[in-house]
Amino acid sequence: MKNPIEHLNRIFDSRIRLGIMSALMVNESVNFNDLKELISVTDGNLASHLKTLEENNYVKVSKGFIGRKTNTTYSVTKNGEKAFKLHLEALEKMIRSIY
Amino acid sequence: MATNISGLDTLQDIRKMMEKSSRFISLSGWSGMAAGTCALIGAAVGRHRIMTYYEREFGQPGQCDDCLKTDLISMAAVVFLSALFSALLFTYLRSKKDGVAIWGPTSRRLLWNTVIPMGIGAIFIARLLQQHQYDLVPAASLVFYGLALLNGSRYTLGEVQWLGYAEIVTGLVCLWLPGSGIYFWAFGFGVLHIVYGFSMWWKYERKEMDKS
Repeated sequence: MKNPIEHLNRIFDSRIRLGIMSALMVNESVNFNDLKELISVTDGNLASHLKTLEENNYVKVSKGFIGRKTNTTYSVTKNGEKAFKLHLEALEKMIRSIY
Repeated sequence: MATNISGLDTLQDIRKMMEKSSRFISLSGWSGMAAGTCALIGAAVGRHRIMTYYEREFGQPGQCDDCLKTDLISMAAVVFLSALFSALLFTYLRSKKDGVAIWGPTSRRLLWNTVIPMGIGAIFIARLLQQHQYDLVPAASLVFYGLALLNGSRYTLGEVQWLGYAEIVTGLVCLWLPGSGIYFWAFGFGVLHIVYGFSMWWKYERKEMDKS
């Protein structure tokens, strides 16, 4: 039998990274503070997970300013969108194989 | 953590996060019911004012047309403000219970997308009033309000779009029956809001009360 979870993406195993990807999939871009509030994590924790996603080229970062305050926004890359969709399909297959 | 990830939980997390980040879901059903009640009271008071105006007209010619107009406009303003206030109050209470900030990116987007058609409608109606085209005011307010709801429904509970369609249809029918504007007003802003608010409360908030 084919392994039903072979396409599950290890990067998306973390709940925080999963949360980030889900929020970015349905929004054009989300800034750091809104992400923090949505997922309710600490700054450092969120930043390190975002970094992992960025290093894997799943997430794009653009730094800007609102007045003098920094405003960093994140959006999903084409690559990230594809990877996340594959991950979702794999999850679906896995669940179907259970029921 | 990574190895025993449960697929179903994960999917639910994803869905919740997608919904939470793109829609403002703390609109309370009570808001609709309160706004509808305000509108019904306002319509009843307004109707009374119109009736007394026309009753007196037989005996006394040369009444103050503008007084009736200013009275009705200020009544409408009071109704609008009290409806808005009560809607905000109930939504604030609900969002506090849900632990969602009322002034987040999702509510901001919702507000912006309803304010644009409503603002355009307000300018349109102001011009109608200037030109003394009072017959068209109830229809125009219903149609523009419906369009605002339709536009906003993408950023909040999807059912808002049905309220939007109902308001638009009410407004369009009203175009052909201009004399009974106040009744369409009472139906559109009063009855429809109460029906909508009650069904939203029934669907989303009643169950939460059972749970807690």
